[in-house]
Amino acid sequence: MRVGILCSRVRVEEKLLFAAFAALGVTVERFDERQITARVGSFSLPVEVMLERSVSTSAGLVAAQLLEAAGVRVINSYATASVCADKIRTTLALDAAHIPQPRTEIALSDEAALAAIERIGYPAVLKPVVGSWGRLLARVNDRDAAEALIEHKTVLGGVGHQIFYVQEYIEKPARDIRAFVVGDETICAIYRSSPHWITNTARGGAASNCPVTPEIADLCSSAARAVSAPNGGGAGGLLAIDLLEDPDRGFVVCEVNHTMEFRNSIDTTGVNIPERMAQFVLESA
Amino acid sequence: MSSVTLTAECVECGAEISVPADVMQGEILPCMDCGAELEVIALEPLTVDLAPVEMEDWGE
Repeated sequence: MRVGILCSRVRVEEKLLFAAFAALGVTVERFDERQITARVGSFSLPVEVMLERSVSTSAGLVAAQLLEAAGVRVINSYATASVCADKIRTTLALDAAHIPQPRTEIALSDEAALAAIERIGYPAVLKPVVGSWGRLLARVNDRDAAEALIEHKTVLGGVGHQIFYVQEYIEKPARDIRAFVVGDETICAIYRSSPHWITNTARGGAASNCPVTPEIADLCSSAARAVSAPNGGGAGGLLAIDLLEDPDRGFVVCEVNHTMEFRNSIDTTGVNIPERMAQFVLESA
Repeated sequence: MSSVTLTAECVECGAEISVPADVMQGEILPCMDCGAELEVIALEPLTVDLAPVEMEDWGE
């Protein structure tokens, strides 16, 4: 079986994945999506399964479509990745599966956005529909801030910022939870703690082990199935589920990530995440 | 971590960059002098260039 990893930027995670495959006795070929030029109808790459790890969400999604059209099994599939990459599609998929999540409104104009924020109540959170690493998240504490932020996005933002994704702010206990799902199994989880309301480890959140309780495992597996459903196969990918602890409702799913980073979670949890990922890829071929 | 056995020259400031022995093409190396991010674009010979600037759609 020929296995590839698609990536341009080789982060710590990609080095760990190459090492994990090598430890399993599998030689993996690296492909750089920046070097792909695909003549439609005759594109192919000499692999049967490709682990898509592009740092660019857009490039990764296009590459996944090209590869799947060429008969390559891509992990995560385009169907799953495209849902995770778009917060609106993620929210709709979670809602369809009755997965608890923060109250969310989508607005398509500045006037509608202000009304949505007022309905959600302060503080509210505005997020870009496509984005990660905590970039451009905004906690809006009052109407003055809402008006200013909406005007800035309208005047200065690109097309993607003219669609407003508004969520209630969850009064979480200075931490959130990131859980790692391989296939249908929640293999481990970490708390990400920070005095700042944005807890991403990319933004300085500190990682510590979070025991995977049956409740966390069930919720995360359900969320994974929800975003995978369009592919027809149920949970079938490598996903990271972010949970918030709502003081009244308990766990709510904040987002689902399809090219997760895990460098801070291996020693923290004692789980060899890249090995589990590599095993899943080999079993999926 | 791998022991440092290789070096490269920062294309931004000319400082000497330490390169791990298991370096891979596509790996990002920080210049400790000027803070630039350098991408390894070839292994033989070892060649680095300024890494692409972070884009809006980068990340998980």
